Amino acid sequence: MVDSTTPAASVAEEPVKDPLVVYAEGIQAKFPDGILSFSTKGQELVFHVTREALLAVMAYLRDADETQFRQLIDICGVDYPNRPERFEVVYQLLSMRHNLRARVKVTTDEETPVASVASLFSAAGWFERETWDMYGIMFDGLADHRRILTDYGFDGHPLRKDFPLTGHVEVHYDPVQKRVVYGPVSLPQDFRVFDNLSPWEALTDVQSLPGDEKANSKPKIGWKETDRNA
Amino acid sequence: MTSAALDTQTTEQEHFIKPYTMNFGPQHPAAHGVLRLVLEMDGEIVERADPHIGLLHRGTEKLIEYKTYMQALPYFDRLDYVSPMNQEHAFALAVEKLLGIEVPERAQYIRVLFCELTRILNHILNITTFALDVGAITPALWGFEEREKGMEFYDRVCGARLHANYVRPGGVSMDLPKGLAEDMLAWTDSFPKVLDDLDSLLTGNRIFKQRTVDIGVVTKEQALDWGFTGPVLRASGVAWDLRKSQPYDAYAKMDFDIPVGKTGDCYARYLVRMEEMRQSLRIMKQCLAGMPEGPIKANDYKICPPPRAEMKNSMEALIHHFKLFTEGYHVPAGETYTAVEAPKGEFGVYLVSDGTNRPYRCHIRAPGFAHLQGLEMMSRGHMLADVVANIGSLDIVFGEIDR
Repeated sequence: MVDSTTPAASVAEEPVKDPLVVYAEGIQAKFPDGILSFSTKGQELVFHVTREALLAVMAYLRDADETQFRQLIDICGVDYPNRPERFEVVYQLLSMRHNLRARVKVTTDEETPVASVASLFSAAGWFERETWDMYGIMFDGLADHRRILTDYGFDGHPLRKDFPLTGHVEVHYDPVQKRVVYGPVSLPQDFRVFDNLSPWEALTDVQSLPGDEKANSKPKIGWKETDRNA
Repeated sequence: MTSAALDTQTTEQEHFIKPYTMNFGPQHPAAHGVLRLVLEMDGEIVERADPHIGLLHRGTEKLIEYKTYMQALPYFDRLDYVSPMNQEHAFALAVEKLLGIEVPERAQYIRVLFCELTRILNHILNITTFALDVGAITPALWGFEEREKGMEFYDRVCGARLHANYVRPGGVSMDLPKGLAEDMLAWTDSFPKVLDDLDSLLTGNRIFKQRTVDIGVVTKEQALDWGFTGPVLRASGVAWDLRKSQPYDAYAKMDFDIPVGKTGDCYARYLVRMEEMRQSLRIMKQCLAGMPEGPIKANDYKICPPPRAEMKNSMEALIHHFKLFTEGYHVPAGETYTAVEAPKGEFGVYLVSDGTNRPYRCHIRAPGFAHLQGLEMMSRGHMLADVVANIGSLDIVFGEIDR
């Protein structure tokens, strides 16, 4: 609603800030070096945090009155092989007090460990073990750093993008040895991935498909006023 | 006897019982699947419980990265195979959020109706097998009969008793067949009788109470710290339910209560689940009464397949159908964490899209994973038989834990 008391034609009307953005800015101001950036989309709040500041930020998010993210819902990794630091570790937090979720992200590579948040949230133990198992991301200070989901003696980290879907080993029962034996994967036919990707009506901005130069041009429907001089 | 006292005994030699390690499972009827539990026992007291999971690991998350969004959906039935539709619902909501589409009201009502049916089916299974673990066989016999009736509703709506593949991004795959709504309404009237029977078998049962009261007590703080959700969290006295606090689909229009436990023990978790079934019945009745007429999927053939009849006449519809089932639809680049209140707790999907027709990353947050992690905390200092009660009260299903 336009306030009638404001003098007309004064400063250009400033768009009302999303309260979530204001809230996130307040948190970022507490850690000018620790929180690299934040983003909000709908009700989803994401903080990009440096590895060094992770523990401090998480402790603040858990304990401060205005945050109270008491529950660590989940930790998972994401692999972006083309980035300089290929892994992202994603923490999902839930504040029941404020009915709000937050996501904290740090980046790392194969060698650099991320500080374990198990000292802050007991729930972190298994989530971090899973992230280690699936991606090979190391966690500094994690007491129990065993694998969790894969087989005993498993080699490799299956959710990395360069790990083949079929894996490397398979097991079968060997009637001679009378036990289950491990062996290399043998596929009766080559593994196939059907690449059906096409610029179908350009639903999204999928770029760089061969022969798809028209994908990004808006389809012209009907006559428009701008056509007059064309 | 404390361990220090034991140590002094060893110096005087004799009668020192070394804590011994015991292997529980992976093939044990009370392990609810393939749980291997390495227990360190001091006599019959559990000193340490180390669950070894992953025996049912199928690499669901990796497989989903190689499938289109439409092909990825059935994997969600196979996670927690006792409550398939709730998980499909989570994935569908996540995809819808990224696509930015609205679901027609009728589809929302059908989803809620079947999610609540699923919740009842899940709780019947959990309560009756839990009772079986602690020595009562009759609830299982009575409860499974009702479960079968619920499975029949599943069968009638989507053609499958278990792996539904029914809740799709954009709506549901088919409308309710003729007569189903009436039959479900009749069932919501007849089921409370069975629920009362279960209630009279267990709630006041001396043996059941001896096995569950004050066993595996989880305080409010512990429950929050260990990431517990769902009935396990509510049994510890935290009034938190995503259906109320972050309502999705038609839940905002439903009138229901959230049962909250007081003691946080196995008995409280049982009581919470019993009451949740009655509340689910309330929601089902409201859904059936208030269900509007109308479409059951979004009117966008780029996302939802066109009706069969239309494909016979319309070239356009045929092309859409072909493209949908080969290429699938593209989801705009972005990411979301979307959670639903599944019967076992918060089931979440962290979906990262890169703008193509396949998910770049799909992480599944299974409530049972966090619950099983807390098993050691709950069981330490208890007897071996109480571990079984704890496992039963946590509602463990390995499909979702191992993924």
